[in-house]
Amino acid sequence: MSETSKRGVFGWLDDRFHLAPLVDYMRHKEVPVHRHSIWYYMGGVTLFLFIVQLFTGILLLMYYRPGAESAYESVRFLMNKVPFGWLFRAVHSWGANIFILFAFVHMFSTFFTRAYGRPRELTWVTGFVLLALGMGFGFSGYLLPWNELAFFATKVGTDIAGVLPVVGDAIKVFLRGGEDVTGATLIRFYAFHIALIPAIFTGILGVHLLFVQRQGMHEPEFVSRQPEGEKRTMAFFPNFLLRDLFVWLIVLNVLLFLAVFYPWELGLEADPFASAPQGIKPEWYFMFMFQTLKLIPAHVLGLEGEMLGVLVFMLAGLAWMLVPFWEIRTRATGRLKPMAVIGFLALGFIVIMTIVGYLV
Amino acid sequence: MAEPKRSRRSFLNYVLGGGLLGWIGSVIYPVASYLRPPAEAGGDVASVKWGPEGDFRPGTSAIVKFGRKPVLLVRLEDGEFRALSATCTHLDCTVQFRSDQRDIWCACHNGVYDLRGQNVSGPPPRPLGPYAVNIVDGDVVIARLEA
Amino acid sequence: MSRKPFGVLLAWLALVVAGPVAAQDIPETLQNDQCIACHSDVGYLPDGLLLAGPHMRAELSCAGCHGGDNTTDDEEIAHAGTFRGVPDAASIPAFCGRCHSDLGFMRSYSPSASTDQVANYYTSVHGQKLRTGDTHVAQCASCHTAHAVLPASDARSSVHPMNVPALCNGCHGDAETMADYGIRTTQYRDYVGSVHGQALLEREDLGAPACNDCHGNHGAQPPGIESIEHVCGMCHVNNADYFSATGMARAFADEQLHACEECHGIHDVRKTFDAMVSTGDDSVCTTCHEEGDDGYAAADSMYAQLSALVAAQDSALAVTERVREIGMDDIEIGFLLRDAHESTIQARTLVHTFDPSRTAEATTVGLEKANEAIRIGHEEIGDFRFRRFGFGIATLLITILTIALFFKIREVERS
Repeated sequence: MSETSKRGVFGWLDDRFHLAPLVDYMRHKEVPVHRHSIWYYMGGVTLFLFIVQLFTGILLLMYYRPGAESAYESVRFLMNKVPFGWLFRAVHSWGANIFILFAFVHMFSTFFTRAYGRPRELTWVTGFVLLALGMGFGFSGYLLPWNELAFFATKVGTDIAGVLPVVGDAIKVFLRGGEDVTGATLIRFYAFHIALIPAIFTGILGVHLLFVQRQGMHEPEFVSRQPEGEKRTMAFFPNFLLRDLFVWLIVLNVLLFLAVFYPWELGLEADPFASAPQGIKPEWYFMFMFQTLKLIPAHVLGLEGEMLGVLVFMLAGLAWMLVPFWEIRTRATGRLKPMAVIGFLALGFIVIMTIVGYLV
Repeated sequence: MAEPKRSRRSFLNYVLGGGLLGWIGSVIYPVASYLRPPAEAGGDVASVKWGPEGDFRPGTSAIVKFGRKPVLLVRLEDGEFRALSATCTHLDCTVQFRSDQRDIWCACHNGVYDLRGQNVSGPPPRPLGPYAVNIVDGDVVIARLEA
Repeated sequence: MSRKPFGVLLAWLALVVAGPVAAQDIPETLQNDQCIACHSDVGYLPDGLLLAGPHMRAELSCAGCHGGDNTTDDEEIAHAGTFRGVPDAASIPAFCGRCHSDLGFMRSYSPSASTDQVANYYTSVHGQKLRTGDTHVAQCASCHTAHAVLPASDARSSVHPMNVPALCNGCHGDAETMADYGIRTTQYRDYVGSVHGQALLEREDLGAPACNDCHGNHGAQPPGIESIEHVCGMCHVNNADYFSATGMARAFADEQLHACEECHGIHDVRKTFDAMVSTGDDSVCTTCHEEGDDGYAAADSMYAQLSALVAAQDSALAVTERVREIGMDDIEIGFLLRDAHESTIQARTLVHTFDPSRTAEATTVGLEKANEAIRIGHEEIGDFRFRRFGFGIATLLITILTIALFFKIREVERS
């Protein structure tokens, strides 16, 4: 079994690229099995959803026409004249949201199992960057149908970038392609959404996956403390991969269900000269930041409240990204783990602020 | 015991393979129909084809749906085509060509425009906007005029 | 001449020509004009003199109207001969008519210009009063100004359509002046709030009538009561045609009632609304008709038809809004809504036949279109929710695949 035949296509390729060691590596790759194994699937699901987004995104590009004059009409055309256009748009919209959701779940599961620690520091950092880029995907894609809600959400969102000291205004003008949200912003966001962010994202994703494959799955502490004989593992290929596929199919079915039974609306066309409608809300994954900024008083310690809020969020994000490098270590027997407390505080804050944002 | 087990395995493989093929089909079918461009136009069209020039008798007119707006396509007695917005500038009724009067008329309030779309009499406050008419490969094509 | 309108004119002129004439403001063609040279030196140019107006061509200049010699700087010679000086109010029509009634003269400047203004003027109430020696009435300069005369098509002109209502109101809105003639002074106020006034003054729709469009220009007369439907019918052709063919028109004539005016008013013509033909509080029908007579029944019936159509249109609009919001196809619905709207407009015009069977012709079509729009709208909304064809198959396949995979995993792990 271990000797791979040199005949056939594989043999031909193996002769040239020495694939055998790679296959051998994959064959011996194992995944720990324990009560928290379920979290190992979250990254895979996120990856799968990214592929779905890529696929449906390319399809949408076939009919989408960027530009303030044409974007909205082209999406309407796509939704009701192009066969299955509605489906691909609904899958793309729902997929985007579920993608972010699973990215968050993946991140927090990594955090709570402390998988970010040595030697996986850079896997964590690249993962965090991917999440940030994913949110950039969401923010830029939201504007593309050029409807009223997206228009004003973009206005508010880019305004927030504008409150930063010194560079804020330059960033705002860069994002908007001018002083205001106009057709120029739409074209810019289009470029971000289909070229700039995908290019960077794909590169970092490759590195992230390479790290994961090279280092294998992380063993949580309670597993590594078990004696060797009690540890259970599973072959990555085919067992884990088949299970991965199994989960992906379930997610795909759920995604289709949502797309068909809760199709995405188009909204009314953006009118840059109309006054903002009531109750502009950002997409849910920005809600906790949006809501926090709303709750901060106008002035704190002589500083502009909103600016302070944005700075704090940026610092918190930076700290979060660099968690592997400042992690507070405790003896395993300690009852209260400081990192877990930090994680629960962060998660609790995000959940509560999101709920408050939707209730108010 | 070995025989039924093997047959169950091969059955499972058939289901798996069949399901996979069916699934691929259920992806390819929507994608293929999606990629075939629809014949119907959307709301913001740049031009609309009426049909062969020869089928349009001089001295007649037609209302052409130009995206969301109706356009009055007129062929004068001398064969010349004119296309004008068919929306009366008074209260948005649809105007019509009257070949015997050589004018364009709105039945709602008796508004009258000349054949260039200028408001001549009755309530219309503004002229009818013009569209371009081109003959492309023998077909009459109405196009938006650049403002 | 009354002081008041003159004051209005002065204020008006101040807008047209800012400040006294300075030497450098004099156009080149008038640089050698001795009238202007001397009179500006002594600061004695008339208020509001518009040097760029059509009258101030080199060959007309001051002397064209006032006579005298504009080529000499000798005051005596200049003011001798044909010099006519400043006309009094009573002689102004003749003063202007010297040129404007002379077809031969006018032709050399404007071949299509009419020369009947003075003749028309003397048929007007203004002209007739002036002839009897009443100098309070309007003559040429009262409306056209003395020294800033511009054609009516010029937006700066005192007689541009947008300026006419205020111009007339200068005298006709003055209770003191009008007291002598026993004329009401509320016309302008009524007009400004009317559909016509709003169209002209707010929307700047020059197609809307100003005072002169109904009352005439130089031959201004109140239109005879018997002719009011013709006056309105100049623009409102269909309404007038329908009306004059009805028994109501004859009944009105017998009763000495005034066609359009009885329901719509004169200067204060309101924007119409459907309840005007109802039997409710806003009804104009119940002024004459009472419960039990044919007219009452007709009003009731027409109002019911119109209300049903408007209600159907409103619900069609609401459905369309929803269709747009969810991103479904609204193009066909849009065309149906247009048709329904057109039927509503036609039905509202057909109200002037006072024949419910005629209005029903339009409202039936409109209702059909509106209901068709609603039907398609609901279909589109339904499609949006229920575009599940094929989803069942896809789900089934994925589910089979999932289950098969589940067993495959078990099988792989058992071996």
